[in-house]
Amino acid sequence: MRERESCTACPCPKECAKMSWEFLTIYWRDMLRFVRFRIALVVSLIQPALWMALYGAAMSSNLSRLSSGLDLPAGAASVSYLTFMGAGVIALTTLFTSLFGGITLLFDKNWGLMRELLASPMPRNHIILGIGLSGVTKSFIQVMVIMGFGLLIGVRFFPGYTPIQTAGAILGVLLFVGVFSLGFLFLSSAISMSMDTPEGLQAVITILTLPLFFASNALYPIDAFPPLVKLLSQFNPLTHLVNGVRYFTVGQDFYAIGIHYVYSGSDIMISFLALTGFAAAMFLVAWRVFQKAVVT
Amino acid sequence: MSQRIIEVKDLEYSYNGFKAVDGVSFFVREGEIFSFLGPNGAGKSTVINILTTLLPVQKGSVSIAGHDLAKEPQAVRRSIGIVFQDETLDRDLTVKETLELHGRIYSMPGGERRERIEEIIALVELEDKRNVRTRFLSGGMKRRLEIGRGLMTRPQVLFLDEPTIGLDTQTRRRLWEYIQRVNDSGTTIFLTTHYMDEADQVSNWIDILDHGKIIASGEPSALKNALGSDMIYLDTSDNAASQSLLEALKSVRSIKSTPQGLAVTINADGTRCLPLIMNRLQEKGISISSVNLKKPTLDDVFVHYTGRDIRDAGAGKLHRLPLPKGVR
Repeated sequence: MRERESCTACPCPKECAKMSWEFLTIYWRDMLRFVRFRIALVVSLIQPALWMALYGAAMSSNLSRLSSGLDLPAGAASVSYLTFMGAGVIALTTLFTSLFGGITLLFDKNWGLMRELLASPMPRNHIILGIGLSGVTKSFIQVMVIMGFGLLIGVRFFPGYTPIQTAGAILGVLLFVGVFSLGFLFLSSAISMSMDTPEGLQAVITILTLPLFFASNALYPIDAFPPLVKLLSQFNPLTHLVNGVRYFTVGQDFYAIGIHYVYSGSDIMISFLALTGFAAAMFLVAWRVFQKAVVT
Repeated sequence: MSQRIIEVKDLEYSYNGFKAVDGVSFFVREGEIFSFLGPNGAGKSTVINILTTLLPVQKGSVSIAGHDLAKEPQAVRRSIGIVFQDETLDRDLTVKETLELHGRIYSMPGGERRERIEEIIALVELEDKRNVRTRFLSGGMKRRLEIGRGLMTRPQVLFLDEPTIGLDTQTRRRLWEYIQRVNDSGTTIFLTTHYMDEADQVSNWIDILDHGKIIASGEPSALKNALGSDMIYLDTSDNAASQSLLEALKSVRSIKSTPQGLAVTINADGTRCLPLIMNRLQEKGISISSVNLKKPTLDDVFVHYTGRDIRDAGAGKLHRLPLPKGVR
């Protein structure tokens, strides 16, 4: 009641909107569930570790055999395949986690709290923001675990970095992961809100995942792609995320699988802007879906 | 008199060209228990969804607690509490967390929120379930929690959409006690229910909706009385004398003699006629061996107006008495 009075007394409704923090409640609730479902938490951490340990180890030995004969220029930094794909696994894990991050909304809609949320005075975009924030938090946890596990099994991230440089690089990685993750969480929220069944959602997400996954530089270089796929991969947010993560974890000038990678500051800036633009666009899509959503 | 806390005028709502609500107007007075009855598919849910802001106002006007629903949905949301027909709980939050979440999304300040959570938990008697996840609560406990949640922000109107559906008789009775108590403390109740006896007992006013239109409205007793005559079944020491004696009464419409005694059709409220009849007979020295008063039930009212009987699915439209709508 007191809140209501203070809000009606507010001279400008926009002032009131600025003061509202209800999205933190959505965040709180989603994180509570995340911690409560220990299985989901553990699986979300084991899955990327399996990628690294199994796929990484298998491909690594193959590729090092194939590229062993290649001559690198003197003084060039050569990066093992495991390290090369470590950045890719960070990106892929973030993609999968984020794309499924909105699924809780679908369950809420069919069997849970959605009516309660939609009929409350809380602005609807707080639902999107809350889910976005909790999804980003989950991705951050995963990414930190992957980096830690990677270092254990021989991924050579942060070569020759001082502790301060390492901390800066980690922040850089998290920045990229955060923006990318938000984009896909907004997309996932929009899809979840528009779908009626978990099966439908699963199908749509699978269809989305495959091209994103394969037309990217996550696990292999894109230089040898056919021109069309190569062009597509330039518009793939996953490619931009991988660029950012490699830049921060491996460096700006290195050789991997016999290919010379050079990331300039402006390349990375463009990738970051592309991800920001993607996230903003996805927010608008989700916002529109939520404004129109009818759940009875 | 008390103010109109809900006022609905010429409300219409269509789904893809199908008119689910077709020009509905009614009002609810502050402090009363208002029941909205109707068969499945009558448009009840659509109306309640519009009033609770889950569906937009397509046509017509709705005002709740002095706020225009189309213009100030936020203000309306802050004035109402809702108990949805289907369970609307997060099964993995505890009782306390469920209330905590509600208080937060309704922007209740922390101190007030914590105070109210304890009050509500005590009100719905879930003290020992405070830290239990809702998935482990019984159906009745979940309902109580949802009602408590609806009351947390001290709303002016509480919407209850089929609050007792699927609950056992005992639990239902307990719930009605809560609802009555809530109403006694001043909260207006907007109710939909399938249980006619419950609506009959608790409501101050009833509107019956069918095919998207309000087809009857009034106080429960008025609705039942308007439907037709009460019957009084009598067996006395001298049925023939009783018959001639009672036929002279103005409120008696007709009397039939049956092997079991007399079947007296009354024009007026049977509960008021019965003592009169009994006095009259006793004055003349006629002793009464048995008496039975049968009033039309709200079920009869419902069947009469909607032409639908749950027991007889094939029943067509019954003829309708030309009854005026309740005036208030």
